[in-house]
Amino acid sequence: MQRIGVFVCHCGTNIAATVDVKKVAETLGHEPGVVFSTDYPYMCSQSGQDLIKNAIHEHKLTGVVVCSCSPRMHEQTFRKACASAGLNGYMVEIANIREQCSWIHKDKDEATEKAVILGRAAIAKVHLDAPLTAGESPVTKRALVIGGGIAGIQTALDIADAGFEVDIVEKKPTIGGKMTQIDKTFPTLDCAACILTPKMVEAAQNEKIKIYAYSEVEAVKGFVGNFHVTIRKKARYVNEDVCTGCGLCTEKCPQKKVPNDFNLGLDTRRAIYIPFAQAVPKIATIDADYCTMLKTGKCGVCSKVCTAGAIDYKQQDTLVEQEYGAIVVATGFNPIKLDKFDEFAYSQSPDVVSSLEFERLMNAAGPTGGTLLRPSDGTHPKTLVFVQCVGSRCDGAEKGKPYCSKICCMYTAKHAMLCREKYPDTDVYVFYIDVRTPGKNFDEFYRRAVEEYGVHYIKGMVGKVVPENGKLKVQASDLIGGRQLHIDADMVVLAAAIEPDETARPLATMLTASMDTNDFFTEAHPKLRPVESPTAGIFLSGACQGPKDIPETVAQAGAAASKVIGLLAKDHLTCNPCVAQPDEMMCNGCSNCEKVCPYGAITYIDKEFRGPNRTTLIRRVAQVNPAVCQGCGACTVACMSGAMDLKGFSNKQIMAEVDAICR
Amino acid sequence: MQGVKEKALALLQSGTVDRVLGWKAGEFFYDLTPAVFTTAEEIENDFVWSAFSAANLSKYLIQESRKGGKVGVFLKPCDSYSFVQLLKEHRILRDHVYVVGVQCDGMCDIDKIRAAGCKGVTAVTEDGDRLRVTTLTGEKTVNKQDVLLGRCTVCKSKKIVEFDELLGEQGEELTSARFDEVAKLEAMTPEERYAFWRGELSRCIRCNACRNVCPACSCEKCVFDNHDLGTDNKAAADSFEEDFFHIIRAFHVAARCTDCGECSRVCPQHIPLHLLNRKFIKDINELYGVYQAGADMDTKPPLMNFTKDDCEPSVVYERGGAKA
Amino acid sequence: MQVNESWKPTIVAFCCNWCSYAGADLSGTNRLNYPANVKIIRIPCSCRLNPMFILRAFQRGADGVILCGCHPGDCHYTTGNYYARRRMTLLFSMLDFLGIEKERTRVEWVSAAEGAKFAATMNDFVATITKLGENRRLEDLRCKE
Repeated sequence: MQRIGVFVCHCGTNIAATVDVKKVAETLGHEPGVVFSTDYPYMCSQSGQDLIKNAIHEHKLTGVVVCSCSPRMHEQTFRKACASAGLNGYMVEIANIREQCSWIHKDKDEATEKAVILGRAAIAKVHLDAPLTAGESPVTKRALVIGGGIAGIQTALDIADAGFEVDIVEKKPTIGGKMTQIDKTFPTLDCAACILTPKMVEAAQNEKIKIYAYSEVEAVKGFVGNFHVTIRKKARYVNEDVCTGCGLCTEKCPQKKVPNDFNLGLDTRRAIYIPFAQAVPKIATIDADYCTMLKTGKCGVCSKVCTAGAIDYKQQDTLVEQEYGAIVVATGFNPIKLDKFDEFAYSQSPDVVSSLEFERLMNAAGPTGGTLLRPSDGTHPKTLVFVQCVGSRCDGAEKGKPYCSKICCMYTAKHAMLCREKYPDTDVYVFYIDVRTPGKNFDEFYRRAVEEYGVHYIKGMVGKVVPENGKLKVQASDLIGGRQLHIDADMVVLAAAIEPDETARPLATMLTASMDTNDFFTEAHPKLRPVESPTAGIFLSGACQGPKDIPETVAQAGAAASKVIGLLAKDHLTCNPCVAQPDEMMCNGCSNCEKVCPYGAITYIDKEFRGPNRTTLIRRVAQVNPAVCQGCGACTVACMSGAMDLKGFSNKQIMAEVDAICR
Repeated sequence: MQGVKEKALALLQSGTVDRVLGWKAGEFFYDLTPAVFTTAEEIENDFVWSAFSAANLSKYLIQESRKGGKVGVFLKPCDSYSFVQLLKEHRILRDHVYVVGVQCDGMCDIDKIRAAGCKGVTAVTEDGDRLRVTTLTGEKTVNKQDVLLGRCTVCKSKKIVEFDELLGEQGEELTSARFDEVAKLEAMTPEERYAFWRGELSRCIRCNACRNVCPACSCEKCVFDNHDLGTDNKAAADSFEEDFFHIIRAFHVAARCTDCGECSRVCPQHIPLHLLNRKFIKDINELYGVYQAGADMDTKPPLMNFTKDDCEPSVVYERGGAKA
Repeated sequence: MQVNESWKPTIVAFCCNWCSYAGADLSGTNRLNYPANVKIIRIPCSCRLNPMFILRAFQRGADGVILCGCHPGDCHYTTGNYYARRRMTLLFSMLDFLGIEKERTRVEWVSAAEGAKFAATMNDFVATITKLGENRRLEDLRCKE
């Protein structure tokens, strides 16, 4: 039996005006287990707290009920007060007789009666309270950033800046991501490479940052503060430590017909390659799908020309094991595949290109050296048609996406503007559903395209593009003019929707991080915790969480880094003690709790139990990791046997409250 | 289906398994009971496969598959769903079980045979679509279709979803009228439904047969036996407890119940308990998409799943039942 | 049906800690009245509500039970109220199937900012239950004083 003290607060007149506090204290004093009951004008004041502390000593209280304001207001205050008097803080229950009683009722008798009932419910709960201690878990002071685009680089730089070790895992041979492929950036039109490549070099030179390029995350175990990650370093067939990046091999390789994925297949490269001049790390990589030596065993030219002796045809994938305290997901995006958009003749004509392909065609380091030429015949296009929302905002979403890809309006305006600036003799049309320009200097930028650069913006969708006699016959509707348009275009540029990288979903499974139906990572709270995953210790940076432009990505990258720094700065994590706890003797091992846990806090182990007649029984039982569990209780209801219970809100306690209220 | 007993014998003798889970006669020839056979002799003497082998053996594998060695088991199509559901919940160690799928054309109900005018039944033999019923006063024949167990008249599937070996043909899922009874109740007024269920559930004697036979009710410890939790009750002393037990039992097996119909078959008070489970199945199918528990290992159970645009609970006010 | 003027129903309101309990506090802070026979039990999340608790409340004499949680999509634990929504939908449907008045159980999503909605919901719920009268179909007479 507990020895319970009841403390009824007047809250000045806030409570005492409508609740007969003396009567409440008197009535509750007669409840079973209550050994002390009193009232006081301000329980939360220092003297009020002292009153509680003294009573704990004097009456050897094992539980405390405070009838006062909302627990959201002063639960922590009273817990601390009790803890300082040697009583576990979780032996305190609050009966909310202000917000949920005195403030909403006018009749004093009625309010007093309700206050007594609320007090009884709290007493019933205290009877079943058990002292809880917050556990602690250590923090490995090293962070992992998955994805080496601008998001990942920025996050890593910021974390390293705070003095923590950070590793970047990038699946491509070089870091840099999508931004390396972009020519100029809106709305300032500065060159993407000029602002990105210094950051890439900075990341490479930072002694706190280790870059695992051409590598992928293979497995993730553990939980916040204590992740154990296996990284697969894919075989480059080039010894990283020896290769100087001179590039001689990439010039001598006889296999010349490899589609150059950096230029989106608009030109070719060799089987051994360095993606682009400023690649980091600048190391050659052999494309095993095309290398004659690896396929047939006959060639070996690169090995012969390499003066450093870096070529190693026998290289294998290697696995690296590493411990981390926090993981940042920065897996980014890709434009969707346009093969299915036959209405725009994307697969039919090489002169119908995606916007990212157009970036390469405009880029000085691109396949055309920066001169805008038609991919089909290398002539200058005179009439260009840009189509927005290709695959974005699609209902039904059979070949597109239901969401707005956010960046297309702006980059299309940029493309149109650049076109007109470089080639004033071109006619540029942009077909749009809406032009969305919410961003600093964005609308001004778009208006400049229209007003100063004379880009023809037409509200309406392109219905059909038909290649005919070297031209592209574009059929479109002009919704404002209310007419059909026929344009003979030389090039058509499609603003393809963007989607999360295809590695995102398997990664989410490994991390037990949640995703939405479009495979974007879900944030812990859409408004208040936008850079954290609901899974503790997993953070989100950049477009993996939703479409974003570069400044937004960098902002989020910094925010994610600051969250990581906040985590890594701690030596230990204090866990919420109100966590789920399974009774192994009753656990069925059915995994239902595991299926509803949003945090991946539940795992199963096979455990030996004593069976009848001195036998041993192996049973599958649930284990809750208290460092990961957030205490929502979803598992407790999914558990049929009631083996899973929630500390601080146990089945028995809630039913005791129900009984106290209904009696 | 012929050769079930022979198969049991062969499995044991070939050493494929070291015991067989099957059926043997109880006090009467028609009250077959699940049994484990460890010797050829036992099988020869006691093993029975007949039109009364209704008992779903899957539940017993929770214990049997943990006793070491390999246990052979015969599963009818409906039993195989329960088996897979238990596998899905990690309750059965698959490696320790050798499953013989047995095709089934319905199990018979002795009460219906009696109701068909056969008094003092001493034996029943199958003869195609007919049953030859030997009684104390002579022999009669009845149509098998007319004396099937209630659940078999609305059989949902002849497909055996998991097996190591098949006796008879693999079957297909059937379109059955199994939700008609539920729909009929839904069409009543709440008062009529209340009266109906009071009439049924007030007969409950809390023998726990429904719980003990149910493959989904296989908790290590049932909440109704849990004294520590304060939810235990031994007898349905009050109308509330009758409702409480059956509502919570149905809820606990919701989206896990394969609709094998064992609960209603074993109820000594003939309470149509399967209707409660079917109500949940029907609701789940209508609200969250068709789901058959035990049909596969991978589909996420509807109560462990959600979509962002699920209906609100207020949908209940608009559907499912005539207004008072 | 004859309405007993003096009879007041007993209402149990389960409120999730993060949204609805805060919403209830807000209706207090704003002095928005609702009847005193509503008693709130704080649970961490709407997904903590076990159907057993609801039946227990009816057993012990509650006339109506309401669950309040964060709006779908706003759950503090991301997904809790989605599970609660399915569980409660099925449970309520079952109660209705057994002929128990479906108005006696309700789910409302109340955010921490919706103090007015909380008070209005409680007023409406109490009015509904008062009209409905005492819970007779799911009561345990032994628990009556």
